[in-house]
Amino acid sequence: MMERVVHAIQCIGCPIGCGGEVIVENGTVAEMSGFTCNKGLAYAAEEVVSPKRMVTTTVRVSGGGLALLPVVSATPVPKERIFDCLRLLRGVTVAAPVAEGTVVVSDALGLGVDFRAARDVSPLQ
Amino acid sequence: MAGSFGAGPVPDSADVVVIGGGVVGCAIARALSRFDLSVLMIERSPDVATGTSKANSGILHAGFDAEPGTWKARLNVQGARLYAELSEGLGIPRKATGSLVVAKDAAQMETVADLRHRGIDNGVPGLEIWSREQVLAHEPNISPDVAGALWAPTGAIVCPFLATVGFAENAIRNGVRIVTECAVTGLDVADRQVVAVQTTRGRVATRFVVNAAGLHSGEIARLAGDDSFTIKPRRGEYILFDRSVGQLVNTVLFPTPDKVSKGILVSPTVHGNVFIGPDATEIDDPEDRETTAGGLAGIIAGARRIMPTLPLGTAITEFAGLRAAAGKDFVIGPSPAARGLVHAAGIQSPGLTSAPAIGEVMVEVLQDVGLRLRSKASFVPVNPAKPRFHEMDRTTQAELIAADPLFGRVICRCETITEAEIVAAILAPCGARTVDGVKRRVRAGAGRCQGGFCGPRVTAILARELGIPVTAVRKDSADSWLFLSRADLEAGEGVHA
Amino acid sequence: MRELSYDVVTIGGGPAGMAAALAARENGAERVLIIERDRELGGILQQCIHNGFGLRRFEEELTGPGYAHRYIDMVKATDIDVWLDTTVLAAEPGGVITSVSPHAGMTVVRAKSVVYSMGCRERTRGAIRTPGSRPAGVFTAGAAQRMVNMEGYLPGKDVVIVGSGDIGLIMARRMTFEGAKVKAVFEIMPYSNGLTRNIVQCLEDFGIPLYLGHSVTAIHGKDRVTGVTVSKVNDRLEVIDGTAFDVSCDCVLLSVGLIPENELGRAAGLALDPVTSGAQVDQFRQTSIPGFFAAGNVLHVHDLVDWVSEEAAIAGRSAARHASGELPAAGPERSVTAGEGLRTVVPQRLSAFEPGKMSTRFYFRAAKPMGASLLQFWADGVLAFERKLRVVKPSEMIVADIPVRKIGDAQTLEFRVVPAPEKIEAEDAIEEEA
Repeated sequence: MMERVVHAIQCIGCPIGCGGEVIVENGTVAEMSGFTCNKGLAYAAEEVVSPKRMVTTTVRVSGGGLALLPVVSATPVPKERIFDCLRLLRGVTVAAPVAEGTVVVSDALGLGVDFRAARDVSPLQ
Repeated sequence: MAGSFGAGPVPDSADVVVIGGGVVGCAIARALSRFDLSVLMIERSPDVATGTSKANSGILHAGFDAEPGTWKARLNVQGARLYAELSEGLGIPRKATGSLVVAKDAAQMETVADLRHRGIDNGVPGLEIWSREQVLAHEPNISPDVAGALWAPTGAIVCPFLATVGFAENAIRNGVRIVTECAVTGLDVADRQVVAVQTTRGRVATRFVVNAAGLHSGEIARLAGDDSFTIKPRRGEYILFDRSVGQLVNTVLFPTPDKVSKGILVSPTVHGNVFIGPDATEIDDPEDRETTAGGLAGIIAGARRIMPTLPLGTAITEFAGLRAAAGKDFVIGPSPAARGLVHAAGIQSPGLTSAPAIGEVMVEVLQDVGLRLRSKASFVPVNPAKPRFHEMDRTTQAELIAADPLFGRVICRCETITEAEIVAAILAPCGARTVDGVKRRVRAGAGRCQGGFCGPRVTAILARELGIPVTAVRKDSADSWLFLSRADLEAGEGVHA
Repeated sequence: MRELSYDVVTIGGGPAGMAAALAARENGAERVLIIERDRELGGILQQCIHNGFGLRRFEEELTGPGYAHRYIDMVKATDIDVWLDTTVLAAEPGGVITSVSPHAGMTVVRAKSVVYSMGCRERTRGAIRTPGSRPAGVFTAGAAQRMVNMEGYLPGKDVVIVGSGDIGLIMARRMTFEGAKVKAVFEIMPYSNGLTRNIVQCLEDFGIPLYLGHSVTAIHGKDRVTGVTVSKVNDRLEVIDGTAFDVSCDCVLLSVGLIPENELGRAAGLALDPVTSGAQVDQFRQTSIPGFFAAGNVLHVHDLVDWVSEEAAIAGRSAARHASGELPAAGPERSVTAGEGLRTVVPQRLSAFEPGKMSTRFYFRAAKPMGASLLQFWADGVLAFERKLRVVKPSEMIVADIPVRKIGDAQTLEFRVVPAPEKIEAEDAIEEEA
């Protein structure tokens, strides 16, 4: 028997925030409506099958002008692994100086996602 | 004895113990510091001025309200005079604005005429009845249906926190020890004579105890078996407006009083803000400082009768204060139950005004019950002036920065308060220990953003200067922690759990 | 006391100040100075560690610090002077700026042009008159964000968020990430004030409930917050009796709006727009004080930093041209007003157009959420231009370029947003940028 599920998806790709529907039949996307750009279509298709999110948080810095370094995932993280990544990053301390873009954790938890420094941190003067 | 301030141990003994670090207790401590005595003040909170003294109208009443012959009548007029003498030397901001009791009709004009006569009986100088035109000339924004007013030139406004801190600092400079975060748990009485005060920080042997415990003064009396009075807390709500309202009001404006209260007033503050309030609600809980929607609506309606165009959009904070009422008059004098215990209790309005006079009269009361007094030659009556950066001219400001670079870092941008002033407020003899303590002393966080910008910075400065972690910095009361560390949260229970 | 001269000075080194300074330098200003009170450039972006910045400006998603970094690098590549840890005490008409810093003391700068770029501040509990007690644990969301993201301290562990502004939504996710429990977000309006994407990825992702049409009517607690009382409100925003319920928490974060930080301007006698709380400006972003320009959140609160950079570039260019005497003298002024369906419009007036100018850009905020709508431009009472809008949200800025030929010599310009006569198909949606 054919399984047909209608998902209402709110696009988060950009601030316009299109809302649309994705119809999934037997586990594959059959129809989409309401999205106004290719990025939105791609987001919506993925959202119903394997939702992912960009993750931003902070890690500790030693010897820096700041206590914390903001970090960002280079690519989206599977939603259900976000908190695992956060736990991992909570235990990380980097030494100043740090340059923006430096990989702080590579291939986090084997997910193939790097976490990068979102800014420079100069050493403590 | 060298003066001190902080949450340290209590000494084994003292000649006099003052219970309560409000404006009344601090004024008493300062009055006692003129004499060769060891004086200990005990305060429950981390700071002085955290009860009734922190949330009131900040008005120095001229003294025409009180029934002639009462403590209130005598001490109000005397207190107002003492502030005029003392404020500058003690660093207490005070402005001689005068006050008006505004009448709206013929009946109210009769009431203000009666008030004038009562004021003359009480010795209030300079009272005049003003015509509608005189009132409008002085206060252009007042309700146009005003009929006239009672003008009291000796009415003034004062900063209630800095009044308390000013008295406390001077007391400390003259040898008074103030132990904070210390609550009284008992009074030892032997043969109807007080012999010691029991506190959460230990026992202090003493034969003279001054009960200036404000809202808790009834409980203190009860500890000595004295139930001669009961405190009924009366809550009053206020709304404070930003300095941007400018010259909305030049003087303290009272409505004509009715039988129950002085009514909702509209008044400037010494720092250039304007407030409206208070109402009066009898409550049971002496810690209940909640404002209410109904209360705030009521004071807005009340204030509009005097000032129809209120700048409600510039409101920066609302708060409630508690008055420690015990019947009609102040409770001043020896306890009928225990020798050596003397009360300065039930100090409701005009308590702030009366405080320095209460200090003087309590010296007499203590002398009457046997305290021997010998003047101290070393008494220094004033506190060193503290520079207020934003009040200075540019040349002086530049000199201040040259002398101390921290005057060049503005921490509170709403009120232009520099890091040097905040550090000085923390390191002063009666130094700030909390974020609100800093705010009350130098106004960092008292402006329109209410600490949204400077709060984290003030917290960091407190931690640095006091040598404590950020997680140990408190807002106001002993348990009012502000921030957790990540470790606290990860542990699921932390120091503040 | 030092005394120095500059062509253009920006007061504030956040995104607006940096973009204005760069544009001024690019447009011929020789001596350009940024005065910043913090110890680094970047302003509030440095604490906005989440991503989503720069889609328009850089066509990629950056974090706040990442976006700031792009501009900091651009500033560093120029000879623009930057004074950090420096506070402006006064900026007087004529361009006399008095500033102080711990390292340089007091300095007086004479500037040919000044750009206000001080940003905004958060509305407080006092401004919204929330009754109750005044315990520790009540913070504006932005202040909490700074503590969490830059200092590494948390404002509490059981959190209630008042208001659904973007900072509050972002902080809901941030606090959840830090291990706190966010109990709910309460919004008094029947719609959210945040971007839809933030409702999805900051609340819905974590099952945090958003209560629309609910008002926090009291905050409880003597030392530390112990809870709040919440009630439903009717369409006049009045509390509905009998709907009150309590939520326990140890922390209340307020995200109830932003206000341009215009105190320097106010002291200098700047004419303000009572609705935006920012300066009244013309299309060059020149304020009522000649030679004083404004851009970014000090002018009007933006939803996207990309618009801030763009607007600041206009102000910076105009400031440079004013400094060199090239900016057209202010002609007879033409008023621009926000009519039906709109709350604000910037600029609020038009000066004479520069020769060759084809169109001019206006920024609007809607008064209420609407579906498919028409943005109308009325010139001297005549409908001169219409544009379709697929959806209208007060939380999102509406941006429109109006051709100069449509404006013509009209003296009064009015914009309106009205419901579209028929449903506009998505495909018809007109891109906002030319």
